[in-house]
Amino acid sequence: MAHINIDKKSYEAKEGKNLLETCLTLGFNLPYFCWHPAMGSVGACRQCAVKLFKDENDTQGRLVMACMESIRDGMFLSVDDPVAKAFRSQNIEWLMTNHPHDCAVCDEGGSCHLQDMTVMTGHAYRRFEFKKRTYKNQYLGPFINHEMNRCIQCYRCVRFYKDYAGGKDLDVFGAHNHVYFGRESDGVLENEFSGNLAEICPTGVFTDKTLKDHYTRKWDMTMAPSICQHCSVGCNVIAGERYGKLRQITSRFNSEVNGYFICDRGRFGYEFVNSITRVQQPLIRREMVGFDEKRNLYDNLKTFFGNQNIIGIGSPRASLEANFALRQLVGEEHFYQGISENQAGLLRIILETLNSGKIHTPSLKEMEQADAVLILGEDPTNAAPRIALALRQAVRRKPLEHAQQIKIPAWHDAALREFIQEENGDMFIAFPIETKLDELSTDTIFSSPEEIARFGFAITSYLTNDVSKPEGCDETMMKRAQHIAEIFKNAEHPLIISGTSLCHEGIIRAACNIALALRLHKETASLSMIVPECNSMGLAMMQAPALDKAFERAEQGKVNAAIILENDLYTRNSKTAVDNFFDSCQHVMVLDHLHHATTSRASLLIPVSTFAEGDGTMVSNEGRAQRFFQVFMPKNENIRESWLWLDEFKQFKNGVNPQKLNESANLIEELVKAMQQFKGAETVSPPSDFRINGQKIPREPHRYSGRTAMLANVAVSEPKPPQDEDSPLSFTMEGYRGIPPAPLIPFFWSPGWNSVQSINKYQIEVGGPLHGGDPGKRLFTEEKISNLDFWEMPAQDFSPAAGEVEIVPLTHIFGSEVLSVYSAAIAERAPRPYLMIGEKDAGDFDVAEHALLRVKIQNQSFDLPVRIKKELQPGLVAIPFNLPSMTGIGWPAKGTLSKIKP
Amino acid sequence: MISLLRTMGLTFLHMFRKRETIQYPEEKVVLHPRWRGRIVLTRDPDMGERCVGCYLCAAACPVDCISLQATEDENGRRYPEFFRINFSRCIFCGYCEEACPTYAIQLIPDFEMAEYNRQNLVYEKEDLLINSEGKYPGYNYYKVAGLSAGIKGKGEGDNEEPPVDVHSLLP
Repeated sequence: MAHINIDKKSYEAKEGKNLLETCLTLGFNLPYFCWHPAMGSVGACRQCAVKLFKDENDTQGRLVMACMESIRDGMFLSVDDPVAKAFRSQNIEWLMTNHPHDCAVCDEGGSCHLQDMTVMTGHAYRRFEFKKRTYKNQYLGPFINHEMNRCIQCYRCVRFYKDYAGGKDLDVFGAHNHVYFGRESDGVLENEFSGNLAEICPTGVFTDKTLKDHYTRKWDMTMAPSICQHCSVGCNVIAGERYGKLRQITSRFNSEVNGYFICDRGRFGYEFVNSITRVQQPLIRREMVGFDEKRNLYDNLKTFFGNQNIIGIGSPRASLEANFALRQLVGEEHFYQGISENQAGLLRIILETLNSGKIHTPSLKEMEQADAVLILGEDPTNAAPRIALALRQAVRRKPLEHAQQIKIPAWHDAALREFIQEENGDMFIAFPIETKLDELSTDTIFSSPEEIARFGFAITSYLTNDVSKPEGCDETMMKRAQHIAEIFKNAEHPLIISGTSLCHEGIIRAACNIALALRLHKETASLSMIVPECNSMGLAMMQAPALDKAFERAEQGKVNAAIILENDLYTRNSKTAVDNFFDSCQHVMVLDHLHHATTSRASLLIPVSTFAEGDGTMVSNEGRAQRFFQVFMPKNENIRESWLWLDEFKQFKNGVNPQKLNESANLIEELVKAMQQFKGAETVSPPSDFRINGQKIPREPHRYSGRTAMLANVAVSEPKPPQDEDSPLSFTMEGYRGIPPAPLIPFFWSPGWNSVQSINKYQIEVGGPLHGGDPGKRLFTEEKISNLDFWEMPAQDFSPAAGEVEIVPLTHIFGSEVLSVYSAAIAERAPRPYLMIGEKDAGDFDVAEHALLRVKIQNQSFDLPVRIKKELQPGLVAIPFNLPSMTGIGWPAKGTLSKIKP
Repeated sequence: MISLLRTMGLTFLHMFRKRETIQYPEEKVVLHPRWRGRIVLTRDPDMGERCVGCYLCAAACPVDCISLQATEDENGRRYPEFFRINFSRCIFCGYCEEACPTYAIQLIPDFEMAEYNRQNLVYEKEDLLINSEGKYPGYNYYKVAGLSAGIKGKGEGDNEEPPVDVHSLLP
């Protein structure tokens, strides 16, 4: 701790920080533009000037840029000095000479850092009489809008896009006062994190294009803390609603999980909530025995629950509450996970390993500290993009340590980049084809899933004697394995990443083994497993049998009726198997919010809420239980949370009145009572009766407008605002105005700080955790509870027979996830179906790029255009995973290729 | 006693003064141009809607009686998809006019809006929009705003330089 004097008052400050972050942490309102807590300082904007004095008696002082000054003990400085204030004000005036007069039509207005800083410095009147500079804009794709006139040349965009996120197609062009931030020519921004530009840019050069379609100011949105639904990482987001439509997703800071950034799938995938394919009302279809569409829902439900043998099929994208309510309704022995046996098996291994207490699974923040990374059979950029961004920071860790030896402070971004150049830490990747992270890797192994698994076992064999060398690995592979093992033995924070994308048990076992073996060498070794969906881990923790078991049971005629919760079974198993299952069930009830192949097989279809219209708890791949809150009350009264429906159905089943169940917290408490593995999940957010000074926390900012007019076209008398019984948040603008507990932050705002930069005020120290600790509770134990030994190589061999090929599923960030693909912007970026084959196979079939080839997988035939990838091994064929037109495949899959006869 | 008589006398004298009361509605009130009455939405000189849907009027409104939704035409010009004022709540404070950056919303000298049914005091955009520039003739926001929205190209507005040629290194 250092003692510094600011405006003749003494403060304590942390050494190693710069003056700007210290001043902000201490609560001073010091304006800045180019500095960002996650990206450090470059001193480009000259905005954060303060006066620095030699000693106590110095009255002259000198102006310095606070972001470029290290904290030293006994510093004397002044933030309020008239000269420093004048300098800051004049600097803004200069920046504003070319800033256009279009705040009224700028999407940033009302949450604009430049507006805030201009007001803060007091610049109010334009004295510059000359002409303003203008620029032509570019088309940057469906996510980001470009309005270059507004630029103030702070360089944050390129620093984030190129340096932080590894993008290649955004840069700065031109010279002197004509610099231009954009692409080389019009085109789609390729990086997966381009959406963050809208938050990074201190003004409105880059704005959210999906928001533009239904534009709403920040102050007009009803917002709630939410959890991203589009992958297993569980990034914290803020969702905003206006007039009954979800309008925007922004990142919600959580220092342990996503920090300041989220990926484009999370940011732009929200529009499925507003989709026209939403289920609007309960549907009763006549085909089913004993059903009468003329009768009301109540009578039909009575008929349905009159059945014997009702089974429930859960879902990895439904909340813990919903899955548990279903389990309670049908009974433990009738509850099935809504995923295939293959996936369930993989998750069992993952869960057993991570929950053994022998292995630490890292948060994203810890991943950024890793100095050696091995990615085994997984493509994080597509399966869990935010992890890929963390890994991009991890490879810089080793070079950064070198930089510290020559005493470059950790915040000095420009100097660090200059020092590091292209140097990277150790990262190894094993995947069938090239991935985006390959550009950072030390060594990449392109191989079949079986080969990758064997390779993983080979690495383990060099780390411990308990695992024998696998058979069938060639000499060069063994050498590479040995090399990796040596590096990992010496690493300080080794990290293994793997996941379920390739649906291969051997890979999962190998990754677990490497981590277990490393743990013998280093306590700091960690293992992160990417699982398919947002609540896959939570569902797996319920330890129910998989979908295949339900199918078997139906085949034996032991299923009369099935309740399917928020799940499209056609994405889980082969089309034939699912069709057979539906044919053998007399009654099928589906609860979902979107129409898909499974809802069309339902005799009873119940509309349910999406994440934006209901509360729930999810468990991320890190084992972190996190709560998402209802953003708005849907106008359509039919749309209710799944757990609310299911809990009410108990009365049909048991014939008793359900006890009045008002809050999901009760369900969570019951869940914890029923299943000890969820202990802690009930503590992730304050209970629904939590109040501060007797007040709820408002979802709406205090300047929320239009209350007495927005519904006046329906009835001029204002209705009573909706009440929220399930959470301490209210649907109005009235309530507690201070900083709420971290899990309940509906939006970031502080007086004078309307933009997202107000996060500074919510953090204990700038860039650090939120006041009261970051939200979420890790459910995995850290105590050694099991005697988990090394996993063995799976016995069954999945090598294809003669004439067959092995099909590799390739997950895509846009397209492979079932919900986000209903959003227009995401659908636009989704790939067209393709068939990827190696060079040799292409030669054998005599096909050229783009030629059509027929692949037959499990009784389904697909005619797909060929893409030739030279690194893809012979006998392997890759197709995109789970595109809307390519479902009904049970993974892992084999298939046969044939030429299409003209 | 004397004061009582004096008061009666003074009151009696008032009978011969000029009358303040007018015979409304037969006789109309003279209102000043800046009188804050019924709210209208005006148009710019080329008769495009002036309102750009910036939501500032709604934010400024102390009784929250304005609600709107911004949308865009094919040229990127913003306009309100709907614009609703609940006059049964309006207090005619004029803050919306002050907040408006485009002179679109204006309060005019007209107060004759009484209705038997309160619901009829909810005015939609069709009821608010007039075919006039109102009090501020000649102003066209899109001519001075930097962005191009079908009114003028980049750099063709008032006080603007032609767009930067990024390839040029000349000062």
